[in-house]
Amino acid sequence: MAIQRLFIANRGEIAVRIVRAAQALGIHSIQAHSEADSDMLAVKLADEAVSIGPAPAKESYLNIDAILQAAKATGADAIHPGYGFLSESPAFVRAVEASGLIFVGPSADTIERMGDKVAARQAAEAAGVPVVPGSDGRVESVAEAVSIAEQIGFPVMIKAAAGGGGRGIRVAKTVEELKSLAPQAKAEAEAAFGDGGLYVERAILSPRHIEVQILGDGEAAVHCFERECSLQRRRQKVWEEAGAACLDEKTREALCASAVALAKAVNYRGAGTLEYLFDEAANEFFFIEMNTRIQVEHPVTEMLTGVDLVAEMINVCGGAKLSMTQDEITRTGHSIEVRLCAEDPYMDFMPWPGQVTSLKMPSGEGVRFDHFLSEGYQIPPFYDSLLGKVIVHAETRDAAIDKLVNALTELEIAGTKTTAPLHLALAADPNVRAGDFHTQWLEPWLEAGNLTAKGDAA
Amino acid sequence: MSNIQSPLPGTFYHQASPEEPPFKSAGDAVAVGDVIGLIEVMKTFIQVTAEEPGTFEKYAVQNAAPVTAGDVVAELK
Repeated sequence: MAIQRLFIANRGEIAVRIVRAAQALGIHSIQAHSEADSDMLAVKLADEAVSIGPAPAKESYLNIDAILQAAKATGADAIHPGYGFLSESPAFVRAVEASGLIFVGPSADTIERMGDKVAARQAAEAAGVPVVPGSDGRVESVAEAVSIAEQIGFPVMIKAAAGGGGRGIRVAKTVEELKSLAPQAKAEAEAAFGDGGLYVERAILSPRHIEVQILGDGEAAVHCFERECSLQRRRQKVWEEAGAACLDEKTREALCASAVALAKAVNYRGAGTLEYLFDEAANEFFFIEMNTRIQVEHPVTEMLTGVDLVAEMINVCGGAKLSMTQDEITRTGHSIEVRLCAEDPYMDFMPWPGQVTSLKMPSGEGVRFDHFLSEGYQIPPFYDSLLGKVIVHAETRDAAIDKLVNALTELEIAGTKTTAPLHLALAADPNVRAGDFHTQWLEPWLEAGNLTAKGDAA
Repeated sequence: MSNIQSPLPGTFYHQASPEEPPFKSAGDAVAVGDVIGLIEVMKTFIQVTAEEPGTFEKYAVQNAAPVTAGDVVAELK
């Protein structure tokens, strides 16, 4: 049964994106909002809007009862969760389905399984997807640690089996180092956790973050190629690209095929992303986790392939088969997205939710601006700081960076701070221009003061 | 008497966490730089500090109340 009345249980730029997808499909859109969000852009654009509670997210966007009541009261037949909030909550999915509504996403069981690190790793291994090589369980002795390390290859990371939060983690580059470090790690684990059990895995020291976009209809699954999201600050992606320029064609094919194998193995429905670490020196990739929802950076894939990911996920969750086969999905050129946040990049990224006094949007062929701003809009302080994304597409990566600089220069958001100066400084950096970075690159670059010289950024 | 204003919009808290006592109570001495409360803004907590010395009189808004930039959050004498 195709979806006819779609309830959007999210806010901000992704709510706008979902409203637009619904409009393109001729689906009636019903936008949920908190009391603090009654004048946000998605509310203005949707066919109707309904309040689901006070400003704090736990009383509105995380309030399952309030969302279901509003969805029923407005006659919705499906709920799109966006990203964040309840998008990966099995309890929410079960409640939605128990109310007789369609959840636009995978089944609660799939979300639960892929949300559990151990279960997801087992599912990946069963589907033949490479995972970070490591001991299958606890390692009790130094001799056992050495024997496992010799099998999986150096450098290795040793950590307390009972630990967490990075305590007791040591990296050994050789057998000799491991023999001297393992007893220390064991003693420290015993002291800290009362448990000397260790875990050994391959250390990937400066990995790139690469992920594969997949789509499934519960039976068939396809990939829409990969993205590289290595530029991160505090584990938050700030700049994303499609495709990953560091991959050769053979590695790209193997990577994307592995993602499809896992998606098929779990009968995936909707849009999902498999995240990998890529060890560039060894040309090896390792699955780390799966996100069972649409992602912030999905537009770079849409620009690269021309596939409307949000529309496709709505269609397949309404019961349709995938509208395309793998050989119909092709990649053209290169796409880059940067995240604009209401933060002051010169003041250690302090949140700065101002009132938008004027707005000049970037335009032109191959330029897209996903956002939820309008002139006069007071950015509410109650939610995360993402204001929107500038996305560009061009024939080559170099041309895409040039186009990004033009778009960011054309963009003017007066009345609030944004992270646009960070992106202009990154675009001007020779390492970024060369694609020479990894997940541990951006924070030292910021600490070295590459952004403190105001006015030099561009 | 002087007022302490919120530097940012957000949610104002009297305490560092629900288990802790309020940062200041009536009659407490306040020195420049003393923490008066916290503002939660976009999932980040920022300290609100005193810019002038004085004696704490009262909080001008409830704990966990939404405030806008420039709102008076506490009064000193």
